[in-house]
Amino acid sequence: MKLVVCAGPPSSGKTSVLKSVCGKLLQRENKIAYLKIDTQYAIEDEIFKKEFGIPTKKVYTGDLCPDHVNVLILGDGLNWAEKEGADVLLVESAGLCLRCAPYVEGGLGIVVLEVTSGMQLPLKLGPILSLADAAVMTKIDLISQAEKEVFRAGINKVAPNVCVLEADALHGIGISPLVKMIERCPEIVGELRLKGVPPLGVCTICIGKKEIGWEKHFGILRALEGDLFYRGE
Amino acid sequence: MMIETITILGGCSKSGDPEPVKEVNLKKGDVVSIVGPTGSGKTMLINDIELFASGDTPTKRRVLINGDEVLEEIRNNPHKNPIARITQHTTFLSDLPVCDFLELHAKIRQDGERYLIKKTLDLANQLSGENILLSSRMTELSGGQTRALLIADAVVIGNTPIILLDEVENAGIYKDRALKILRGYQKMMVFVTHDPVITLFSDFRIVMRNGAMEKVIKTTEEEKKAAEEVKRVDNLLMDLREKIRSGETIELKEVVV
Ligand SMILES: Nc1nc2c(ncn2[C@@H]2O[C@H](COP(=O)(O)OP(=O)(O)OP(=O)(O)O)[C@@H](O)[C@H]2O)c(=O)[nH]1
Ligand SMILES: Nc1ncnc2c1ncn2[C@@H]1O[C@H](COP(=O)(O)OP(=O)(O)OP(=O)(O)O)[C@@H](O)[C@H]1O
Ligand SMILES: [Mg+2]
Ligand SMILES: [Mg+2]
Repeated sequence: MKLVVCAGPPSSGKTSVLKSVCGKLLQRENKIAYLKIDTQYAIEDEIFKKEFGIPTKKVYTGDLCPDHVNVLILGDGLNWAEKEGADVLLVESAGLCLRCAPYVEGGLGIVVLEVTSGMQLPLKLGPILSLADAAVMTKIDLISQAEKEVFRAGINKVAPNVCVLEADALHGIGISPLVKMIERCPEIVGELRLKGVPPLGVCTICIGKKEIGWEKHFGILRALEGDLFYRGE
Repeated sequence: MMIETITILGGCSKSGDPEPVKEVNLKKGDVVSIVGPTGSGKTMLINDIELFASGDTPTKRRVLINGDEVLEEIRNNPHKNPIARITQHTTFLSDLPVCDFLELHAKIRQDGERYLIKKTLDLANQLSGENILLSSRMTELSGGQTRALLIADAVVIGNTPIILLDEVENAGIYKDRALKILRGYQKMMVFVTHDPVITLFSDFRIVMRNGAMEKVIKTTEEEKKAAEEVKRVDNLLMDLREKIRSGETIELKEVVV
């Protein structure tokens, strides 16, 4: 089984990219399963089932962080895809938190960014971009050559080794290289591990304390000025 | 790599029949139009060029550079892509002043050489007729100025050898003059167009029907003469449009040709 995890901000074009990819992979006789992780609303599973007739599934994460849920369920997801007879599992994450990266060692990580989000976007992203194997710039049909090139330079600066692709996902332009990357990607074997270290966390905010001000909290904290410090018993 | 020619090898029409035109060659400096009714496959054809299709698109066309298959390295690496495409939907989103914006582009593209900024602005102003100032904000530009600057920026700073324009003809551009100036840059310019001036000032045109390249028509000597007349009519209409826009009245003798 090959594992492809696709992340990116809401409405950046993840589904459109994966639809193009899926169509081309199916033409080349791959067997695909599709899993969507989202917080509270998604219809992608129905779209993929209807358009391609492949096994699909979705998971609502509700009050949990979608990237945490990703860690919890991806093993089960692979077992499900295996049972459905697939040889590639495409996972579309909700991709809300740009500090986390849902990519798995030995799998292929794809970040989808829309060039229409402004030329500075790549510089604002952390591991979701820097740990990806491929960065797909979508909606290139909508903006000037200049903004597209500045955006691409931003990606190269943040993630010099990531393979950058430019796509008009609606017309399937620029998608083929991604299909080749997936076909070249090895099977996922052994224990599954995240590629990146998750963000520092485990504080009283995470577990539901609502008061404002570091004095009210425990764990790894910071004030307006100064570095991180630990406060606890 | 210098791109001297682009070859399009015919594939099949929407109904799956072989395309009547088997091969089209575009040379450096050529200005080419793609014409045909709505839905005939004009946009599809320039998509194939942009993709360097290799039998992997619905049309099954193949596109060669200098007579050879295009290396995967060029197809897959946006940094090496020699093509800029401008469509009706293409626009600027930035709200920087024109000068800062062009500088940002020049910086990543050609070591920020200052004269490129002036050169781009001059070209845009020659194309549009409505003067753009370096201090204007990008979002204040009119439709015509935006088109002109998109093209000028792609030609001068982007400096790609191939430029594809999908129905960007627009009021406010003196097309014949624009084409003459653009020819000076020795690019391959491909226009998807419904405009008689652009078509007749091209070197040749590809006629599309039912998804296929139906024929290639080289602009005849007679058409070239006709083009001058068509241009007069077009410019007359443009001047009328200007007068009406600026609140003037029109006299009968101005429009009787
Ligand atoms: N013009 C243009 N529109 C695009 C492109 N890619 C996606 N879109 C449009 O952008 C919108 C969002 O695309 P989706 O593919 O649904 O985005 P997503 O990342 O899956 O969104 P969520 O899963 O809801 O976060 C849709 O209306 C698409 O049609 C593109 O390359 N060009
Ligand atoms: N050779 C072909 N084989 C299969 N489908 C095709 C072919 N050529 C065009 N099509 C499809 O036909 C539709 C219309 O084509 P296209 O958008 O290129 O037309 P157009 O000439 O640009 O139209 P318009 O003037 O409205 O912009 C598209 O969905 C395109 O994918
Ligand atoms: Mg989606
Ligand atoms: Mg079109």
